[in-house]
Amino acid sequence: MFNAVSKSPWVVHFNCNSCNGCDIEFLACLTPHYDVERFGILHIGNPKHADVLVVTGSVNNRNARVLQNVYNQIPDPKVVVAMGVCTSSGGVFAGCYNILGGVDIVIPVDVFVPGCPPRPEAMIDGIVKAVGILERKRKGEVFPTAPKPTHTFKPSEEQSAEKTVIKEEKTV
Amino acid sequence: MAKNTIIPFGPQHPVLPEPIQLRLVLDEERVVSAIPVVGYVHRGLEKLAEQKDFLQDTFLIERICGICSFIHSLTYSMGIESMMGLTPPPRAQYLRVIWSELHRMHSHLLAVGLLADAFGFENLFMQLWRTREHIMDAMEATTGARVMLGTCCPGGVRKDIDPELLKFILTTLVTVEKEMDEQMPVLLNDYSVKQRLCGVGILDKQTAYERGAVGPTARASGIAMDLRTHGYAAYGELGVEPMVETDGDCYARTKVRVRELYQSMNIVRKAIGQIPAGPINVPFKTKPDGEVVMRAEQPRGEVLYYLKGNGTDMLERLRVRTPTFANIPPVLAMLAGCELADVGVIVISIDPCISCTER
Ligand code: SF4
Repeated sequence: MFNAVSKSPWVVHFNCNSCNGCDIEFLACLTPHYDVERFGILHIGNPKHADVLVVTGSVNNRNARVLQNVYNQIPDPKVVVAMGVCTSSGGVFAGCYNILGGVDIVIPVDVFVPGCPPRPEAMIDGIVKAVGILERKRKGEVFPTAPKPTHTFKPSEEQSAEKTVIKEEKTV
Repeated sequence: MAKNTIIPFGPQHPVLPEPIQLRLVLDEERVVSAIPVVGYVHRGLEKLAEQKDFLQDTFLIERICGICSFIHSLTYSMGIESMMGLTPPPRAQYLRVIWSELHRMHSHLLAVGLLADAFGFENLFMQLWRTREHIMDAMEATTGARVMLGTCCPGGVRKDIDPELLKFILTTLVTVEKEMDEQMPVLLNDYSVKQRLCGVGILDKQTAYERGAVGPTARASGIAMDLRTHGYAAYGELGVEPMVETDGDCYARTKVRVRELYQSMNIVRKAIGQIPAGPINVPFKTKPDGEVVMRAEQPRGEVLYYLKGNGTDMLERLRVRTPTFANIPPVLAMLAGCELADVGVIVISIDPCISCTER
């Protein structure tokens, strides 16, 4: 029975604070052109049935609690895929007064997919990697959370933008 | 009398791609009223825009909403241009129309697809989104990006479309039209689809006026309001007629979108047919100064920008009134008195874009 989890993981999607760009690209992954269903991945609405949480956008004061709730409702083992640069640092919105930061300050993230928005191919890659992690978690392996994509951008350095180095790396 | 129950709808809900909460006050299965709870996607973008210079803002503005990103940057650029007294060259105006209409088509297909998903017709959702991918391909071929085009800027556009790619857009439209001709009869004439849509969520003309509905929501209630008829960009030379239906229910709103899809295709064809040659942007050295209000027609309705400059790089104030913000009062009127099972369909039928609304 447990084999079904990694052979057919169910995905719940939560839009945290995103601009919709990542969301529509993620939905596009589900539809026939990209079709993640060929990996057995099914999109569902109820976190209690899900194995994978796909989250887009950054965290603000209001939705941090909602995100935590959605995460807590997913039964173990579970993996979290964070789509877009917003999820790692706030992305283009870093420095807004209502942005607390990336989703990793609220929940542990297994895979970061960089891009603004990431291409659907990158998203599929991220989900497939997450499914691999899910399989290993199911076998009882303890998995460290993904290192955050490194970036040296701080809102206060905004004026010296030419010094800013943004280096995103895909993590397993 | 039984006490009213309050059911939270959202913020995480299967039919909602975005978080908004509606507290539904129920009497048995009937909705008495709905109370919206917003703020889940509020980022504070307007404040951030004041801290970046007005050229950087063009790309920030696109991230207000990923679905109608180009039209946001277009409206913003038109506002800056009118403050600085610039007139973009005619070719840029036509290119703006082409990208705007491609955006409108992908947005309408997305909206109708999500509606199909909301009433449980998943197959149709998949088919419509497959058709939408052709348009995404056309956008990617012309700009290099699928969602955030980043081509519009004050003074014109940043990229030209060469004749071969214009031809590619035309062949794409042929495919899209062929597929739509197969899908749209299912969407509009299917018995079970009509059962879910006809007579559901009625918004009469008077209420639509009073509550300030915009876009397809207003047009489906018989208000002939389409800002493209004012002729911004090159729309004046292309002749746009508002698509009006009179029933004001979910079916009418869907029908308006379907008719606009065909209309957009014709506009793109016409624009490609008569696009003039020439430069694509005008250089400028001035800084925005003064105040301006700029409006444009987005897929969801009228967007309004208020810009205030003070002759420096930074804008003093940027304010956006987005179409979904205007459409929330009408949707609350539609929800009063409907069945609980219809709430999802009604909310999706106005094509809500919460991240626009809250920015
Ligand atoms: S990463 Fe970019 S596209 Fe994705 S939610 Fe953030 S701003 Fe939007």
